[in-house]
Amino acid sequence: MTEKKSCLKGVGLTKVFGLGRNKNMAVDHVDFDFAEGEIVSIVGESGSGKTTLAKMLLGLINTTEGEIYFKSKKRDIRSQKAKKEYWTNIQAIFQDPFSSYNIFNKIDALFLDCINMRGGKKLPYEKKLEMMTEACSFVNLKFAELTNKYPFELSGGQMQRLMIARIFLLKPQILLADEPTSMIDACSRATILDMLLKLRNDTGMTIIFITHDIGLAYFVSDKVFIMEHGKFVESGTADEVILRPKEAYTKRLLNDVPKIHEEWDLSTVDIKAK
Amino acid sequence: MGKVILEVNELTTKYVTRFNEDVYAVDHVSLKVEEGKSLGIAGESGCGKSTLALSLMGYYFAPLHYTSGEIIIDGQNITGMHPDTVRKNILGNEIAYIPQAAMNALNPTQKIIHFIEDVVQAHDPKVSKKEIYELARERFEVLGLPKEVLQRYPVELSGGMKQRTVIATSVILEPKILIADEPSSALDVTSQKMVIKMLRYMMEKGYVKAMIFITHELPLLYNVTDDIMVMYAGQIVEKGSSKQTVFDPIHPYAKGLMGSIIVPESGLKDTKLTAIPGTPPNLKKPPEGCRFAERCKFVTPECKRYPVDMKYLESDRSYRCIFTEEQLRKAYQND
Repeated sequence: MTEKKSCLKGVGLTKVFGLGRNKNMAVDHVDFDFAEGEIVSIVGESGSGKTTLAKMLLGLINTTEGEIYFKSKKRDIRSQKAKKEYWTNIQAIFQDPFSSYNIFNKIDALFLDCINMRGGKKLPYEKKLEMMTEACSFVNLKFAELTNKYPFELSGGQMQRLMIARIFLLKPQILLADEPTSMIDACSRATILDMLLKLRNDTGMTIIFITHDIGLAYFVSDKVFIMEHGKFVESGTADEVILRPKEAYTKRLLNDVPKIHEEWDLSTVDIKAK
Repeated sequence: MGKVILEVNELTTKYVTRFNEDVYAVDHVSLKVEEGKSLGIAGESGCGKSTLALSLMGYYFAPLHYTSGEIIIDGQNITGMHPDTVRKNILGNEIAYIPQAAMNALNPTQKIIHFIEDVVQAHDPKVSKKEIYELARERFEVLGLPKEVLQRYPVELSGGMKQRTVIATSVILEPKILIADEPSSALDVTSQKMVIKMLRYMMEKGYVKAMIFITHELPLLYNVTDDIMVMYAGQIVEKGSSKQTVFDPIHPYAKGLMGSIIVPESGLKDTKLTAIPGTPPNLKKPPEGCRFAERCKFVTPECKRYPVDMKYLESDRSYRCIFTEEQLRKAYQND
């Protein structure tokens, strides 16, 4: 296998909330190296620190300790200008599409913002329109039906697809998807996953999936990281981690997921416990 | 064949909007649940799963209205009853319902035991508090909840614990049938497993005689239920045993739905997920013919002309499509 270029790297990344006795290590010295064009999943239960890690990667919160390297260069986002520059390279889709939009902006305003951000501010309107239509057709939506609509007039699945259209316009190097499909049903989920995979194949971006759905992680990703109490307990290629897990925690997690070809073992949980 | 606990014949209910438009969210649904069996209902968001669950209780409040059909619980027809009678004698006693956010039903300023007292005394005011405490303590013990929970306030309990508390409370009067509407989707996998185990245990112990389980999570549904019903736009499109419906669906919609299952098992990476294009029809003006026609791959002009009836197969299965089973299987093979 050819050596892939590193896209996002973290060394000893730590986030501590609270002080003294109330100290809470949300993310505890994690190391990782995501290569370009790779899809990685970070899997963990509620409270394992996966969203905190995501926020650090996005630069929304400060790191307590450790360094993040973007394209082998140390990330420096102390100034607002540098932060904006960084955000042209990394974008995110969040769990709740309803709260991801500015409710006062119409859909076309949202897209125009994206085009302007990519430096297309001076383009003629026709060109912009063409780009917007292309982005919408990428996610199987009709732009003509969406102009002059407010976000609340759309369904959840449509909103989440629009988010992907936004990413298509922005073409960032890294996409961080924090539980992008947990609010939508299984059918639309397949559509959204297909689109994300297509986006990766077309543009070669790195996609970081944050999810608690281990089946989804296995389906989409090249690499899987299992997170527990702020630490990566197991990591490796998807096949290694999901089909041949080594750690007890991963085994337990896998065991708790209902399956269809194998027996679902209910005896591992004891309702009499605690 | 066991005793039929719940029988529903051609039940139709509607929502009436502000502009006096009728939305038929449950359209001529018939089903039967036998003693000791559990029935699963699958379908995408907005197909009428939850409305069906609400309609089955026989207690309607605006904007949901009853139109036609009958609900028979253990030989007793509850459809003609006065709403007050239904609330006093049927809900909780005969039929229990767990909504998705069951844990929100708890009053934050009330201890769990007072919540249970309210539930029991609403049906029989004569029961003393001591009796209720004994009953609750015994029931909680059996279902694996420590008796200390009874003296706690809801804020002191975790999400999974709250959910299990409400489930245990919902069956305290030993209803005949339990309707569980996404009881575990707000929980993580381990708590989900505990809830499922508890539901099974309740069936074994005879606290409930039969169960209807609603979720859009198909692997879970497959593991919990004996039979599965697939709903689309307010109608049942396929009905059969869990195994048949999941591994060998007949109706094109069910086929698409089962193709979107994701489970962490070997071989998943090679399968192609099927996504059904388009959106469900607007139920204010449902299409004349087959409701799935707009999104179906195998659509013919014939499909859109007349309403499609259920076809019953010998193997206790049924589906709603104008094609025969052989025609559909051939179409899937060529696809």
